Amino acid sequence: MTPLRILLVDDEEELVSSCAERLTFRGIDARYVTTGLDAVEATKEQPFDVVVLDVKMPGLSGTKLMRKLDETRAGMKFVFLTGHGSEVDFKECCEAGAASYLVKPVDIKHLVEKLKEVVE
Amino acid sequence: MKRLVPQFLREGALPADGEALFDYRRIWWQAIIGVASVALVPVVVLSFLNHRLYRGAFATESLARVDHQLADTHRSLSIFLQEREAALAFIVNDNEFEVLTDQERLTELFSHLSTAFRGFVDLGVIDDQGHQLSYVGPYDLRGRNYAEQDWFSHVRERGIFVSDVFRGFRDVPHFAIAARHARPDGGFYIVRATIDAARLGDHLPSRSQSTHLDAFIINHDGILQTESNRHGAILTRRDEPMPPVSTTPVVTETVGTNSELMFRGYVYVPETPFIIIVTTTPAQMGGAWWQVQGTLLGILVTSVICIMIVVLLAVTFLVERVFEADLKRTVVIHHMEHTSKIASVGRLAAGVAHEINNPLAIINERAGLLEDLFTFSGQYEEDEKVLGITRSIIRSVKRCSRITHRLLSFAKHVDVVFEPLDLAEIIQEVLDLLGKEAEHRDIRLIMHFADGTPKVLSDRGQLQQIYLNIINNAFAAIEDGGLIEIDVKQNQEGMVKTTISDDGCGISQDNIKRIFEPFFSTKGDKGTGLGLSITYGLVNKLGGVISVKSEKEKGTSFTVSFPIDPPESIKEVRS
Repeated sequence: MTPLRILLVDDEEELVSSCAERLTFRGIDARYVTTGLDAVEATKEQPFDVVVLDVKMPGLSGTKLMRKLDETRAGMKFVFLTGHGSEVDFKECCEAGAASYLVKPVDIKHLVEKLKEVVE
Repeated sequence: MKRLVPQFLREGALPADGEALFDYRRIWWQAIIGVASVALVPVVVLSFLNHRLYRGAFATESLARVDHQLADTHRSLSIFLQEREAALAFIVNDNEFEVLTDQERLTELFSHLSTAFRGFVDLGVIDDQGHQLSYVGPYDLRGRNYAEQDWFSHVRERGIFVSDVFRGFRDVPHFAIAARHARPDGGFYIVRATIDAARLGDHLPSRSQSTHLDAFIINHDGILQTESNRHGAILTRRDEPMPPVSTTPVVTETVGTNSELMFRGYVYVPETPFIIIVTTTPAQMGGAWWQVQGTLLGILVTSVICIMIVVLLAVTFLVERVFEADLKRTVVIHHMEHTSKIASVGRLAAGVAHEINNPLAIINERAGLLEDLFTFSGQYEEDEKVLGITRSIIRSVKRCSRITHRLLSFAKHVDVVFEPLDLAEIIQEVLDLLGKEAEHRDIRLIMHFADGTPKVLSDRGQLQQIYLNIINNAFAAIEDGGLIEIDVKQNQEGMVKTTISDDGCGISQDNIKRIFEPFFSTKGDKGTGLGLSITYGLVNKLGGVISVKSEKEKGTSFTVSFPIDPPESIKEVRS
């Protein structure tokens, strides 16, 4: 079975690098980037099953980035990650086309389940 | 009695923190004084003017009556005396001296005189040497000599003499009229008659006729010549100063010896020792004066009392309404400030929680990675201490995460949104926030959440605030090691009832009646007195009911019930 291909996008490198490594331990092919630009480049290079991205990143909202990535490569699923937990944000993200929404800090098991759920 | 006292005068009615409500006591007094003055001054002025006018009219009428009576009496008395003098003159002119000195003839003449004119007591003829030559009367005065008497000298010089009243030999008051007549040989003789003094009284209003006037005659020495209602019997001395001489009537308003108001008229009767005096007082005028004065005073007093009652009630009513409105305004302002404060704290908490979440996430991932490295690589997989430390870090992160999520949960609910909610879950969320304090103070929390309790349609944020307020109060009331019991179940009226009981200090029966009043606090300076007032308002806003039972030193129990499905009027979104 092909492992899930996940792209993690967050400006906190310590966070995304650790998360990517943990997902790798769990048989998931996880890459990470820390900027929106890097995320666009990464999606150009290869397709991903799910992109996990922060709702707010410096200079760019998560929803805008999501639209950009979708234009770059259609068909990817998006899961938002945030420390805020605002219902307004959740509504905006879902309306924008996100598949799901998680609040930091995320339990790794919960994240893995959510990723599999979104893909299925 | 307490209900008659305006709210703003009752103890504890004003906010304890000295909030700038107006000084309602001062406003109340000033309004009463102002309105009462405006209302009473015209009444008092009118009453005074009325009194003055009436007094003036009364005085005018009294003086007129006195003047009228005086004129009548003067005229009557003058005519009486003139008639008697004329009668004597007729006798003298019609009869020679010799006839008059004839005893039998004189007796006959006296008889005719007495028949024609009432009051004659005796009649005598006296020669120019003072000897009484003939006499008719009840005494034996024939041969008596009057040469040395004042009246003899007077009549010899003046021709006529009227005496004042004196008591005769029989102790009966009478007076004398003497007239001198010339004889052909150049000499003279005097005809003298005495008249019953009672005849003088015939010209005065009798006591039965005129109780409001006192008319009497005195002589120039102040001795009563007739009876007086005021001064006494005939021939007693009148104890008032003699009026100035005047042969024309004088009528004045004066003050009596007892300082009473008096209307007096008098006139000196010429060629006589008589002074006619007529007096009256308001008391003698009878009921008219006092009746009118009494009526005026009664109307004035009644008006003043009625005006004061109306002013008091009206001003109190108006000031109370203003006070209530002002209090409500203050409560609303406090509420808004409180809500704003809560919102600010909420926003701050949300900001802090959000900022903390990122570093927490980093710690979570790093610790998790550490655990994964130890576990998946097999390295340290049997080192319980290292794994234990790592897992401890992860558990602490989860604990922090729960707290930040709770804070975010409280902060995000600003608008009222009705949704189905499990009250037990809401209460548990609140207890999670207070769990550390409970643990630190060794407070026992016992929860009874009945199975199958339905959800209620309500607003999460407001419910959290309600239960937070009540449970916070319970925490404040109990000692360390105390007990709080929370019971949630459905009751028969289609509501879900929550009972929060503690074994704390309790609330006295006096205070319990006021526990939901704004600004009422049992915490002294520590409390704003608004917590339960706000809670009460929130419960009502959500269509619920709240009540409290308490016993001093035993504990307090708050019961809050919410409808499972509130009516439409409640479900309108309110902020």
